[in-house]
Amino acid sequence: MLRLTGAGRRFVNGTIAFADIDMRIDAGEFVVLLGPSGCGKSTLLRLLAGLDVPDTGTIVWNDGTPPAPGDIGFVFQDATLLPWASAEQNVHLPLRLAGKSFSETRNEVRATIAQLGLAGFEDAKPASLSGGMKMRVSIARALVSRPRLLLMDEPFAALDEFTRHRLQDDLHALWREARTTVVFVTHSIYETAYLASRILVMTPRPGRIAAEIPCPLPDPADRRTDPAYASLTAQVTETLRAVMPA
Amino acid sequence: MTSVERAAPIAFGLIGLGLWQGAVSSLHVPVYVLPGPTAIVAAFWIDHTSLLISLLSTLAVTAAALVAAALLGMILALAMAASRVARAAIQPWAVVLQVTPVVAIAPLIIIWVNQQFAALVVCATIVAFFPVLSNTAAGLAATPPELADLFRLNGANRRQTLFLLRLPAALPYFLAGLRIAGTLALVGAVVAEFVASSGGFAAGLAGRILEAGYRLEIPRMFAALTLLALAGITIYAALGSFERAVLRRFGAAS
Repeated sequence: MLRLTGAGRRFVNGTIAFADIDMRIDAGEFVVLLGPSGCGKSTLLRLLAGLDVPDTGTIVWNDGTPPAPGDIGFVFQDATLLPWASAEQNVHLPLRLAGKSFSETRNEVRATIAQLGLAGFEDAKPASLSGGMKMRVSIARALVSRPRLLLMDEPFAALDEFTRHRLQDDLHALWREARTTVVFVTHSIYETAYLASRILVMTPRPGRIAAEIPCPLPDPADRRTDPAYASLTAQVTETLRAVMPA
Repeated sequence: MTSVERAAPIAFGLIGLGLWQGAVSSLHVPVYVLPGPTAIVAAFWIDHTSLLISLLSTLAVTAAALVAAALLGMILALAMAASRVARAAIQPWAVVLQVTPVVAIAPLIIIWVNQQFAALVVCATIVAFFPVLSNTAAGLAATPPELADLFRLNGANRRQTLFLLRLPAALPYFLAGLRIAGTLALVGAVVAEFVASSGGFAAGLAGRILEAGYRLEIPRMFAALTLLALAGITIYAALGSFERAVLRRFGAAS
């Protein structure tokens, strides 16, 4: 789907966010970028979104056309909803910015809201929703325009573990069903092993991709208790130990 | 707030008034030095038509100035948010207007603006617009960067970003500025009236205060001052409830 070659990014103060990154994202993958804080994961994600440009290297989209508005869904660490708008209006926002009124997109908005388990909360303002529900609205907003690529920047980091598990379950189910291409940034080994179809391990500044782990995890009813999940987390832990500077 | 807490300021005020009245009566303080509360109420009662008409005149100036300040502050803030050149051009002059005492420029304005009411409104607006301008500008500049990114990602144009994101995000800041501007507009109106009174135009409460001072009618002066204080408190409280109501309807408050 896209290929990043020799990508590097240096901040104005001279800090190198990351250098010489080569990566390839194929359609339908769930790629997890795993790394400690400050390894440039978020900057890399902004680069893929087109919100930032690399100082060196190139980013090439396979079909030759750079993404149009609505082609990329972005989920931030915070839900970043419009606090004055209802859940439904927040989900409708990307379509509204594309010039589509609510009445002509009602079905898409309602379907996406239902998909994220938000039916019945259409009129709720963000302030009255829990952290997990707000994140669901945020994911629905990112998916409503049927993006080619979904970018997620530590979306569950601020949630409690129970809520996090449920959201991971639902995200994984959504991905299995729709096979939207996802690039997901996290610093949690368990989250990585549970969600990824391929893992890219990043080292701290200057960030670079130190290891790649394919994840041939089966799709059992409960991946979390599957022995393959336990051995994958062990493998990821060992890889991290091997590549991280002491 | 319990009912005791609610009644506390009133009880405290009544005790204070009682002590004041008691001290003035027992020490035989002459009314032209310090009148007691009863003398002030009596003075108000004798002259209430004239005082209330003056209050209305002052409030009319205040209200007009508040509307003008809100519009002017908002328009300038929008201009400053829209272009860096406009920001650089406007900011120093806004500060100049803010730091110049209105009492010093009021005579000029009263000479330049021929219509007395309009002249007073201009003076009060100069005092009141700055908090609206600086608050709204701060609100427009404080758009959450991630939401701005989201708008960019979805190809929002400038108009959409302004009306769907930046203006609603700045609304709480604007309303907070408006609340400060309300009381400043009253202060500005009275200061301008003081200046205008010396030129013979004395429709407002400042005219009554000066008049009472010249005639040594100190209880009447206190009555006018009390009206002024009550007007200030009412404006502040009214704009506070307006702010809460708007935020409940459109804002983040749940």
